[in-house]
Amino acid sequence: MAVAARKAGRAGAGAANKSTSSKGSGRGAAPNTPQFDKDQDLSAYNDMLLIRRFEEKSGQMYGMGLIGGFCHLYIGQEAVVVGMQMATKEGDQVITGYRDHGHMLACGMDAKGVMAELTGRRGGLSKGKGGSMHMFSKEKHFYGGHGIVGAQVSLGTGIAFANHYRENGNVCLTYFGDGAANQGQVYESFNMAQLWKLPVVYVIENNRYAMGTAVNRASAQTDFSKRGVSFGIPGEQVDGMDVRAVYAAGRRAIEHARSGKGPYILEMQTYRYRGHSMSDPAKYRTKDEVARMREEHDPIEQVRRRLLEGWKLSEEELRAIDSKVREIVNEAAEFATHDPEPDPSELYTDILL
Amino acid sequence: MATDILMPALSPTMEQGKLAKWLKKEGDKVKPGDVLAEIETDKATMEVEAIDEGVLAKILVSDGTDNVAVNTPIAILADEGEDVSAAASRAPAQGGGEPPPAPGPSAPQQAPVPDMQAEGMADRPAPSERPQQTDLSTPAAPSVITSRTSYNAMAEIPEGTEMVNMTVREALRDAMAEEMRKDESVFVMGEEVAEYQGAYKVTQGLLQEFSARRVIDTPITEHGFAGVGVGAAFTGLRPIVEFMTFNFAMQAIDQIINSAAKTLYMSGGQLGCPIVFRGPNGAAARVAAQHSQDYSAWYSQIPGLKVVAPYTASDAKGLLKSAIRDPNPVIFLENEILYGQSFPVPKLDDFTIPIGKARIHREGKDVTIVSFSIGMTYALKAAQELEKEGIDAEVIDLRTIRPLDTETIVASVMKTGRCVSVEEGWPQSGVGAEIAMRIMENAFDYLDAPVARVTGKDVPMPYASNLEKLALPSVAEVVQAAKAVCYR
Repeated sequence: MAVAARKAGRAGAGAANKSTSSKGSGRGAAPNTPQFDKDQDLSAYNDMLLIRRFEEKSGQMYGMGLIGGFCHLYIGQEAVVVGMQMATKEGDQVITGYRDHGHMLACGMDAKGVMAELTGRRGGLSKGKGGSMHMFSKEKHFYGGHGIVGAQVSLGTGIAFANHYRENGNVCLTYFGDGAANQGQVYESFNMAQLWKLPVVYVIENNRYAMGTAVNRASAQTDFSKRGVSFGIPGEQVDGMDVRAVYAAGRRAIEHARSGKGPYILEMQTYRYRGHSMSDPAKYRTKDEVARMREEHDPIEQVRRRLLEGWKLSEEELRAIDSKVREIVNEAAEFATHDPEPDPSELYTDILL
Repeated sequence: MATDILMPALSPTMEQGKLAKWLKKEGDKVKPGDVLAEIETDKATMEVEAIDEGVLAKILVSDGTDNVAVNTPIAILADEGEDVSAAASRAPAQGGGEPPPAPGPSAPQQAPVPDMQAEGMADRPAPSERPQQTDLSTPAAPSVITSRTSYNAMAEIPEGTEMVNMTVREALRDAMAEEMRKDESVFVMGEEVAEYQGAYKVTQGLLQEFSARRVIDTPITEHGFAGVGVGAAFTGLRPIVEFMTFNFAMQAIDQIINSAAKTLYMSGGQLGCPIVFRGPNGAAARVAAQHSQDYSAWYSQIPGLKVVAPYTASDAKGLLKSAIRDPNPVIFLENEILYGQSFPVPKLDDFTIPIGKARIHREGKDVTIVSFSIGMTYALKAAQELEKEGIDAEVIDLRTIRPLDTETIVASVMKTGRCVSVEEGWPQSGVGAEIAMRIMENAFDYLDAPVARVTGKDVPMPYASNLEKLALPSVAEVVQAAKAVCYR
């Protein structure tokens, strides 16, 4: 259902106001934020809600001991991947770091398969061998899911290189965080991408904290949209809590890359509500800060308000969407709880082709 | 006073070159910086400049002479007005012949030295000992292949196949060119691979044939371009990523291991990575610790990688073609000193050698010597020495380090009861350590002596010529180890 709704949203994409940007304005709706039509708002609401509910369930299941190891939740950042995905076309690729559940769901990957991978079961997308940080789907053009901070930036540039080599017109969306933005290979990649005019959009999800380190304690240049300046790569800051602003910027960036002009940088100003991972008590920020973001800038609440007040949907209609999303998530959790662990013989498979 | 002008070395591993052209003639006055002559090797053309002022009294090696060994006097420089008749009466040197003993630390030691360590110093393939054939029109076996060489791996080559002599460098280039002609998804990237024709000239001519789209010069950015290669391979392209040397691949090792080697497993078999990382590995000559490391053992530890380290040109070609076609990431370890050596290569349209198969390079019954890559030069010479002492050594060329061909090693050890491993890499957790363990696991009851290993010494590679030779394995050490396991 999520996929169907998203496609409907894409169909209406042409109506979006392209001229707007929240450049440099930080958070909050800029006066010239583009408007969504009803289908787009419905699609975005549905997709963001699926990610939120899925991640909440993941958190619960982690607490129950069903998910092990590292588990990084995307709650609060949903508008980034959903808005960007609305701006793509079939064939465009996505690659990201370890906070990847939302990206997989937005790419249309099966929630059951994602959740079963989190629980390490044979029905998981990687047969239980990858876990939270390592899932892939060639069919959905999702290239992971990478656990080494910044590694996906070179890899995504390589996927864009392959697009360029094949002249297939596809663009690779390469996501990374404000923390990864300080890795050396990011700049090695920027250099090659611009040198060779590769079709890649670098989406920097600035959620203000690299694990426990606030941006201003780790970065000499905290305006990440400027990180490509010395390579001549254009960039802009985007209100990453407003799915409409993300979508509009995504369209500009993807169009730039697809037209052969080379890479584009989008700094998505966003916020994660939870800790870096499940084991992070998030003592490095105040409860007030988190509460304020949730109350004033929640990406899902913004769309919900538009649906109720602008598009005059009833609470009942929204509840119907909510319950369908919950159904998907509950089914996924159910499957991931009862699916058997991988067969021991799987230990020695998939090492070489 | 008259001084000799010597044939210069253009690179640390150059052994000989062609004196292409004299730009000064006898009797010309020269001053420092004047270009005297042009020298060509298979890698490059360079100019010889005068260092001192004087008169070019006598040209000893004429224009167009091939195979002039480094340090051969090529001309005599005299002070202006000096009587040079005595010096100038010296006979011109013969091109292509043995170079006269020349001063300097790189001179080959001709006389046997009784001291074992000193003898070891002479065992490093020195210019005059290395194969001299570079002319492809006159096939000849490299000097290291002796009459006792069984060369039973010729079973991989159909009987009656014509063999042509070519260098390892040419064999590697041909392998890439052939695969690129066959498969549009194969491309080469790396530093200086295109316009410069390869830092070691391995990619010579590829840019001209395949264009800049498929032969791609990268910035000096190993971590980045390794990642770009891996990303491209995830989509199904088949990159050949050249590292100028594997020493620089340490900057990229995260992408090689965490991304290239592990993703197939982490994706439950969905996302393969058909990529070849290739380049010279191990010690070259006089380039010190940071540029002289052998990574065979390092990469061989990683599940998800294949690791290939050929010795002969034929294996280099057949294995590189297999590596390019392999759906898995392959670490292809070449050796700079072997690049210029010539070996017979079968003249076949499509010659491949399977990855994972060792070759018995020389059959014997008394002791098994296992080696790979340049280690084979010590192993084969040691076998010749041992033969003189009545010890019949079997020499196995591993060719592939991972997957290791345990079967061939074990079968040989079951026959000989004794084993010595030879490698230039360090001893701890080295390839030799692994071989010894596999023999313990599979053929312990057949052993008549503990397995011995000859390795590079447990030190960073020193720069000084004498220390460098001491740090590397030597033929004498292999001979001594083989005798020790034979209780001789």
